[in-house]
Amino acid sequence: MKKTTTVMGMPSTINLAQGNAKEEDINEVFSYFHYIDNKFSTYKKDSEISRINRREIRKEEWSREMEKIMSLCEKTKKETEGYFDINIKGLMDPSGLVKGYAILEGAKILRKRGYKNFFVEIAGDIQADGFSKKGEKWKIGIQNPFDSRQVIKIVQLSNMGIATSGTYIRAGHINNPKSGKPADEIAAITVIGPDVYEADRFATAAFAMGEKGINFIENLNGFEGYMVKKNKKAVMTRGFHNYL
Amino acid sequence: MRKYFQISFFLGLFGLLVFVRQSLGFGDSHRVIGPVATPLSPVNPSSNPQATPVPSQAPSSSGSTAATPSPVPVGPQMMQKRMGQYKDGTYTGSVQDAFYGNIQVQAVVSGGRITAVNFLQYPNDNGTSQYINSQADPMLAQEAIQAQNANVDIISGASDSSMAFQASLTDALSQAK
Repeated sequence: MKKTTTVMGMPSTINLAQGNAKEEDINEVFSYFHYIDNKFSTYKKDSEISRINRREIRKEEWSREMEKIMSLCEKTKKETEGYFDINIKGLMDPSGLVKGYAILEGAKILRKRGYKNFFVEIAGDIQADGFSKKGEKWKIGIQNPFDSRQVIKIVQLSNMGIATSGTYIRAGHINNPKSGKPADEIAAITVIGPDVYEADRFATAAFAMGEKGINFIENLNGFEGYMVKKNKKAVMTRGFHNYL
Repeated sequence: MRKYFQISFFLGLFGLLVFVRQSLGFGDSHRVIGPVATPLSPVNPSSNPQATPVPSQAPSSSGSTAATPSPVPVGPQMMQKRMGQYKDGTYTGSVQDAFYGNIQVQAVVSGGRITAVNFLQYPNDNGTSQYINSQADPMLAQEAIQAQNANVDIISGASDSSMAFQASLTDALSQAK
């Protein structure tokens, strides 16, 4: 059973590759996504994060989820040489981590209900559990950052997560403060990791690193990456071919 | 920067060992170095200078990565020869900000020799330590991107919202100079 809806302003698809799949279980996960969106969306004026940014909520009053997400953001910042940073002009925007977190938590809801073969996706970030209905690993296409209708690579995953960070926006005048080079040397980077939360946060940070982002992923144990540069060349980590 | 990290970390670690030796050379028989007296060198002087205060007892010079005290030659051979001079005990270094997290080491001396250097704190609760320890920037395979048969279950790509996040992030980084 497969269902797609819009959550967090993005398309989201859940595919339960089992005969006994129930639609209410899929809806439960979508409800959870809306709950998370209502807390963490910087586009929603009434969200907790927006209220925090307007100084209407003090740190002591943060919800449990907010505390958790903020502590994960802080941890990720430390692990990525500061490239993952949610503080922008005095405002906090944890979007670079919340999506992967929500997808993984959604997958956990399904696991608790006994599902073993499914994927959960929001806007191109995916947690892939078990196998497809064909009994094969999930076949996941990496989108061409220059043409969204095209797939430029196919990876096969089971019990792993995958996330892509990228941009279509030209921003050549913006420099990476650490290298002095333009921060948009790369068009996109796809990261495969032990789960989608891990893949998402490190994809976000690796993208901000520019070309050296792929080396950051290469040196992370348990992660592989595929980086597409602006010159339409792709660079991949040494273990990436294991997923082809 | 990572090479600086590695070099300064190991120089700092060696500095700790040297300091242990020096401290014991003219002290009482059961002197133990307290939690503040370590000469671990500043780890990342270029980007994080405020995080590495230099203890007053430290023989190293402030802000320099060459933190090894000058009277003692650097090298594994010299260390081997001098090891027998240590007094038994367990010596704990201070907590040092290593940018990825804190590092704190403990040296154990037994029978006049350093039998262990334990890491009391080390940023190793995830893949990061792998990154720190692996200094290689290997040549990675490169290819021209090419359209594939789109017979897949699902697509991974950059979303609009992550585009916005990336743009903000990039902008924030440009101000972080």
